[in-house]
Amino acid sequence: MSFFDYFKSKKKSTASVAKERLQIIVAHERGMRDQPDYLPQLQQELIAVIRKYVQIDDDMVQVELDRNEDCSVLELNVTLPEHQP
Amino acid sequence: MAKIIVVTSGKGGVGKTTTSASISTGLARRGFKTVVIDFDVGLRNLDLIMNCERRVVYDFVNVIQGEASLNQALIKDKRVETLYILPASQTREKEALTQEGVERVLNELAETFDYIVCDSPAGIEHGAQMALYYADEAIVVTNPEVSSVRDSDRILGILQSKSRRSEMGLDPVKEHLLLTRYNPDRVDRGEMLSVGDVEEILAIPLLGVIPESQIVLNASNQGMPVILENDSDAGQAYEDAVGRLLGEEREHRFLTAAKKGFFSRMFKG
Repeated sequence: MSFFDYFKSKKKSTASVAKERLQIIVAHERGMRDQPDYLPQLQQELIAVIRKYVQIDDDMVQVELDRNEDCSVLELNVTLPEHQP
Repeated sequence: MAKIIVVTSGKGGVGKTTTSASISTGLARRGFKTVVIDFDVGLRNLDLIMNCERRVVYDFVNVIQGEASLNQALIKDKRVETLYILPASQTREKEALTQEGVERVLNELAETFDYIVCDSPAGIEHGAQMALYYADEAIVVTNPEVSSVRDSDRILGILQSKSRRSEMGLDPVKEHLLLTRYNPDRVDRGEMLSVGDVEEILAIPLLGVIPESQIVLNASNQGMPVILENDSDAGQAYEDAVGRLLGEEREHRFLTAAKKGFFSRMFKG
């Protein structure tokens, strides 16, 4: 760091921005990697079932698998549209 | 028992072939009988880097398909006594590399060689998967740059789930991080991810750091593996990496920028 840098506004270095972004995306992708292959299809079929009764968009259903030591939890999150007929 | 080492990265252009050429040359220079195989079917380039492009008659795919014997296809290096090159095919499809075919060739090579170095193509498709499938160890070549680090993590996932060792439940493939095109000046200025940053994200042991150097282009221009440039920083960094690969303790060099004088420190960032 040079003498004049002390007068500049403290701005985050691009390298630290890169590191933060990488930590987030890599953690996310590692989480996906451990999930079983059937999960995307399970999600599609769940959406199809729910659509028989309620009109929802694809992104309104979230399926996640959390693995703990002795059991796994399948978490299903469905957002329903506001006004039901 | 031959050891199979894959040089891989996911991303293209990070220095896989340069690394394959130098690591195999370094191993052979220490007396190990070494063969380096180009798995990049259709985009053969190891022959150019090793300066044997005009001596290619038969290739890897010819051997797999029984059109030539291994002895006919192997090219003996002119500089290092115990080094051989098995070039990729320039005309075939990537699918010509069948799993059984690759296994058969590797088994035959393992009878006489100490080290088999597999130069992987870029990507995570068939060719790259064939290159890493039989590996005992993997050198993951990474540039200190976001897309390269992410792709390296991707390839680590494949090593851990789609290699022979993982599928058969054996000891996992031994992973090594090789950081290439490292520029300590830019790291100091906060413009480039540091060795520590990349180690922290990928969380695998560091095999070496190759400084960005003009010598690398100069060497490839002439078909000379960088490691043979004994006086250069990049050449010495590769030599250190070969030592560590063989289990030697070597301090990491070329990680800091050249010391600057008082005035340049005061007035230049």
